[in-house]
Amino acid sequence: MERVDAYPTHEYQGFKLRPGKPFPFGATFVPGGVNFSIYSSHATSCTLVLFNKGEAQPKVEIPFAHEFRIGDVFAMIVFDLDYENIEYGYRMEGPFDPQQGHRFDASKILMDPYAKAISGRDVWGKPPDWEDIYPYRSLLVFDDFDWNDDRPLGTPMEDLVIYEMHVRSFTRHPSSGVKFPGTFAGIRQKIPYLKELGVNCIELMPIYEFDEFENSHVSSETGETLMNYWGYSTVGFFAPKSGLAATGKLGMQVDELKALVKELHRNGIEVFLDVVFNHTAEGNEKGPYISFKGIDNKTYYMLTPEGYYFNFSGTGNTLNCNNPVVRNIVLDCLRYWASEYHIDGFRFDLASILGRDPSGYPLSNPPLLESLAFDPILAKCKLIAEAWDAGGLYQVGSFPAYGRWAEWNGKFRDGLRKFLKGEPGLVRDMAQRLQGSPDLYASRGPTASINFITCHDGFTLYDLVAYNDKHNEANGEGNQDGANDNNSWNCGWEGPSTDPGINSVRTRQMKNAAAILLTSQGVPMILMGDEVARTQNGNNNTYCQDNKLNWLDWDLMNSQSELFRFYQNVIKFRLAHPIFRNRWHLSNQDRVGSGYPDISWHGTQAWNPDWSDSSRLLAFMLNGKQARGGMVEDDDIYVAMNMHWDSHWFELPKLPEGKHWYIFTNTGATSPEDVWEIDHEPILDDQNGILLGDRSVVILVGKYSK
Amino acid sequence: MEVIRSMIQDVNVVKLVGDLDGSTAPNVQAEVMLLAVPNVKMILDMSEVSFMSSAGLRMLLVLYRTIISKNGKVILVGLSEDIRDTMSMTGFLDFFTYLQTLDDGLTALSS
Repeated sequence: MERVDAYPTHEYQGFKLRPGKPFPFGATFVPGGVNFSIYSSHATSCTLVLFNKGEAQPKVEIPFAHEFRIGDVFAMIVFDLDYENIEYGYRMEGPFDPQQGHRFDASKILMDPYAKAISGRDVWGKPPDWEDIYPYRSLLVFDDFDWNDDRPLGTPMEDLVIYEMHVRSFTRHPSSGVKFPGTFAGIRQKIPYLKELGVNCIELMPIYEFDEFENSHVSSETGETLMNYWGYSTVGFFAPKSGLAATGKLGMQVDELKALVKELHRNGIEVFLDVVFNHTAEGNEKGPYISFKGIDNKTYYMLTPEGYYFNFSGTGNTLNCNNPVVRNIVLDCLRYWASEYHIDGFRFDLASILGRDPSGYPLSNPPLLESLAFDPILAKCKLIAEAWDAGGLYQVGSFPAYGRWAEWNGKFRDGLRKFLKGEPGLVRDMAQRLQGSPDLYASRGPTASINFITCHDGFTLYDLVAYNDKHNEANGEGNQDGANDNNSWNCGWEGPSTDPGINSVRTRQMKNAAAILLTSQGVPMILMGDEVARTQNGNNNTYCQDNKLNWLDWDLMNSQSELFRFYQNVIKFRLAHPIFRNRWHLSNQDRVGSGYPDISWHGTQAWNPDWSDSSRLLAFMLNGKQARGGMVEDDDIYVAMNMHWDSHWFELPKLPEGKHWYIFTNTGATSPEDVWEIDHEPILDDQNGILLGDRSVVILVGKYSK
Repeated sequence: MEVIRSMIQDVNVVKLVGDLDGSTAPNVQAEVMLLAVPNVKMILDMSEVSFMSSAGLRMLLVLYRTIISKNGKVILVGLSEDIRDTMSMTGFLDFFTYLQTLDDGLTALSS
């Protein structure tokens, strides 16, 4: 039956119109036309501005008639649009009174905050037209992607091995050999590599539309153009970045990203997005008008009593996340990505900001975080907080979790780094970290802990063992930017070395890090390229570098095959042994009458760890009968860590009658005997003990002989 | 956009000439959909399609879904490298059988 609302009721300059529907916000296809809906609490009137694609001047500006407004929402249907060739925006009239928080300026054309795709930066790095009166343009998007039977994978949190990557960095390097380097399509072509490595989740650094030219300038040091490369500065929350799609110039970035997600899912790999809701690309009072600033500045941004922008993000402005209107757009946005793109999880950049009230104070019960935790559409999505912000809030262990939120465990990173470099006084701390940090997440379980030793912020793993200090000169800020507390150790020489001794310690240290990370309770996260010793030449803050400092060099797969093989095997080992993937904390007690605690602690003497401050050694044993709280039976596992500069003999705990120790990993041994294939581990000659070389990790499997 | 139809044995061969985009796709769809009778065998010859937009891709997929639902078969032939890449990256190619030439298509449908 034909619908009554398929017919126009109004006309403006030859365009046929009808009062629109406030819901859903944004631009939506309806029979015969497009429904445009946008809201503003303080605007007095609104005009829809339509462009033919790419043209400098608008084709028409249609004011929202009085009867097209319900509450604070302007809604109108425009009929007969050639939707592939339309770009749209709005002008808003309202007060300009910065002291009161209002910055309306009807001379600006504003992007729809709900734009599902955005043009203007279609091809990465292509210099934009700086004179464009409307540089980031909202596009209309089909939402009819054919998913077949795909849906988010729902891999249990404890079973994940996360791989953090930047879309462009992953395949932009000429050595990647993909047809469309640096794009979503490029990742798709490299899925076999991800499978070979064995990770089952990729976490994409920002893919919301951002402007790589934001604050771009030429480095006085290197002469290279520095860019907003990482993209932690959102232009549009609902739109994938066009310049990360090979088909972006055709406006097909939405389909390209969905096709990537679908193909990753088909290969058992989940997709997380790193989302930046703490601030936008509009900067402070000196920044550009893109969208929110001109639509409803006072609602969207946290403002000082004088009307200036709070800067808890360190980037100029702070999104007013606990204003009910802003809360809703964040929720709408995440629901959109979860339902339309089948995204499996989200990592929230500087998430502590999301828990501040409109005047900046931390809330004990932040409504936004609660809404996200209890939302039905997001119910199975993983939610991960970077539990701090640039305003001094540090909430690792205390982030308002509602039983849902996990955290990037900064204490795992710091503790493991210090332990690895041989600092004293770390063994007690490490005992917590290895168990999934029960000191931080007592009631939340180990899956609240995202364990990592490196992430995009800071050194890569190779640089962690090759540099004592950051070397950020290429960023053009006189090496003043980036963190100073890297807890790194260069193994005796700053930077690349030809000394085989130094290089062998470095390789061993990287293996040690991988072995400890992947045998810890909690959820491990690996930084792209650490598996092949990717270097940033000591730069620990490459946010602006569109070059080989960030791009993964695929030739490393050849030169670093030993390290790659090590990673591959320890990842497989983790996934083969449920004992590493407990949903609940270990009790340090025997809960099943096995004669062993679920986890027991050892040192050079079995059952007698040295907890003293001078100790740099620790070993633990996991009892196979108590894997996953006794729900499944696994082998016994023994992990010994010698972070001392001398070798030490570790006495082994006795196994139950009939079981023997087999050696899976010894980072002190030369490749290929540093790690073994699962089920091909050789039996340990001396079942009573093992000598650990200096700075080495050993992993043993206790099982019945075949 | 031109649609050239012919029958070769029992196969409907539809040759599209020109750009397949938002302005041409609806008409092409209306015309080609008439051929989507039960058990139809169809070849879409794309060798003279110079550009395909999002709307063009969607038209192809709707046609595919219709033909499959009627136990028919459809094969694409003559895709340019550009269009094949676009279709591949956006996931549309996954649905289709595509072959190099019209003869390849005819052979496949006759076997």
